[in-house]
Amino acid sequence: MTLLIIAGYLLIVLAIGLTGHRLFRGTSEDYFVASRTIGPFVLLMSLFGTHMTAFSLLGASGEAYRRGIGVFALMASSSALVAPLVFLFIGTRVWSVGKRLGHLTQIEFFRHRWNSKLLGNLLAVVLVGLLVPYLLIGVKGGGITLHQITGESVPEWAGSLVMCLVVMIYVIFGGVRSTAWANTFQTMVFMILGGLACAMIVRQIGGLSVAMSRVLAERPDLLIRGESIRPLELLTYALIPLSVGMFPHVFMHWLTARSAGTFRFPIVAYPVCVAIVWVPSVLLGVLGALEFPGLVGGATNSVLVRLIHSHAPGFMAGLLAAGVLAAVMSSLDSQTLSISTLLTRELQRWLPKGSSLRQAVQSNNVLVGRAFVAVVLTGTFLLSIGANRSLFRLGIWSFSGFAALFPLIVAALYWRRSTSQGAVACVLTTAILWSYLFMKAWKTPGYTIGDTGIMPVAILVVASSVALIVGSLLSRPPDEERTLQYFPRSGNLFSSDESSA
Amino acid sequence: MTRKSALFLSGILILFLLHHDLWLWWSPRLVLGLPVGLTYHIAYCFAAAGLMAWMVFNKWPNDLTGPSDPVDD
Repeated sequence: MTLLIIAGYLLIVLAIGLTGHRLFRGTSEDYFVASRTIGPFVLLMSLFGTHMTAFSLLGASGEAYRRGIGVFALMASSSALVAPLVFLFIGTRVWSVGKRLGHLTQIEFFRHRWNSKLLGNLLAVVLVGLLVPYLLIGVKGGGITLHQITGESVPEWAGSLVMCLVVMIYVIFGGVRSTAWANTFQTMVFMILGGLACAMIVRQIGGLSVAMSRVLAERPDLLIRGESIRPLELLTYALIPLSVGMFPHVFMHWLTARSAGTFRFPIVAYPVCVAIVWVPSVLLGVLGALEFPGLVGGATNSVLVRLIHSHAPGFMAGLLAAGVLAAVMSSLDSQTLSISTLLTRELQRWLPKGSSLRQAVQSNNVLVGRAFVAVVLTGTFLLSIGANRSLFRLGIWSFSGFAALFPLIVAALYWRRSTSQGAVACVLTTAILWSYLFMKAWKTPGYTIGDTGIMPVAILVVASSVALIVGSLLSRPPDEERTLQYFPRSGNLFSSDESSA
Repeated sequence: MTRKSALFLSGILILFLLHHDLWLWWSPRLVLGLPVGLTYHIAYCFAAAGLMAWMVFNKWPNDLTGPSDPVDD
């Protein structure tokens, strides 16, 4: 039954993805940014599905199992405020500049903004380096979950392979339009199934009030923040969602919007979507602590799967598997396409000017992009086979690295005096400090600076901001004509000469 | 800066401060069937959505288009 539901789900995703191919116009702009025609609902679902990974279903319940309901404040409600603000202040501006100047990737945006090839190349290496572990976590995590949900009848590698193949087919055929459509379906699936799984399990236990009263009596520590989360951790963890402003896959989806007004609905609905996905996950994690006490380490992430097996096996297990696949694939497709777009566009710049190879890449952008999709997914799958489960500790480090680069996009859009030297200093500081902290602490789960509760991301953001400011002020002011292309002619969001649209 | 802009920025600041609900840190009591720390943060998400709705319908920037220039690097 479980395998049948999984197979049916994958066929639906493929059909939706391949339908997107029928609208393909044959141009690189259509393949990489859907000719900038995506509407509000699909944009919301794409952004949300891309941002939320399998961690939101499985990792969140595992964290809640260990640390209680405080996980929601730590990881979810901070995103509910920060992510829409990033869409509003950064996303709309990126869309506007991208449309006017014809940018297709983040690297093109930054390289042109500061007229620096060095910055573009450096940033390409850092962004891909930070995204690879993120890709691996999805592929590996999806494989492990399928293995567990199917009662170990599907090997981990086979689950990962199937996901990679399905994503590869619809991304290769339909580009970002297929990705957005498939994301829309998949995001709805995991939003609905998370709530459904929670409702069924809570009902089996005897209802919400019975379940919560039991937790209150047996594990009241799970209903408070208490010692498990420190105030400084809550404060500094709120910087992690800034990463959404520098994710290449989110950047790519911003560029697909039909108009600036398309962002309105995603900005308003995003916080509600966060609550819809995270509340069931956190509640189930807390309830799982009563049903399956004593789980440690990575085993805590299986608490949701154990609850399903215990309370709603068969049909529900199949649906949960579909939900996990949805969460993984809706991120994997966008991440793969954004890396492939970036590599395709960079490859033609790296090749010698006037060479026949460079001309061939330029005139076959879509074909090269498709080849990169196949290469990236094949490489990710092969790496996932060799990777062990300590890989999952990389997640928070990957997010911290992207968050540390956030000052770059703020300066690009809001600080005219910022220079290429400042931008390079920002990226180099992030790369060096991130590597140092990572090497020092990645093996320590829940590491904070000096055990104070301060997350490494806080140090990274402060250091990269200082480097950007000092580097800019110590260098010559940038070319005004180029800089002005990145600033609205009539002031900014808070100038007095605006009216409501 | 207009009055609406100031209101929006104040709203962001207030929401940021309200995220750190130290007064509920040690309270396990149930409100609406859920632990109060969770109920509070669910309400917080809806408050954030409310602030965003007010912003996009009252103070949406109208300067997001401009002259077209080619990428020239």
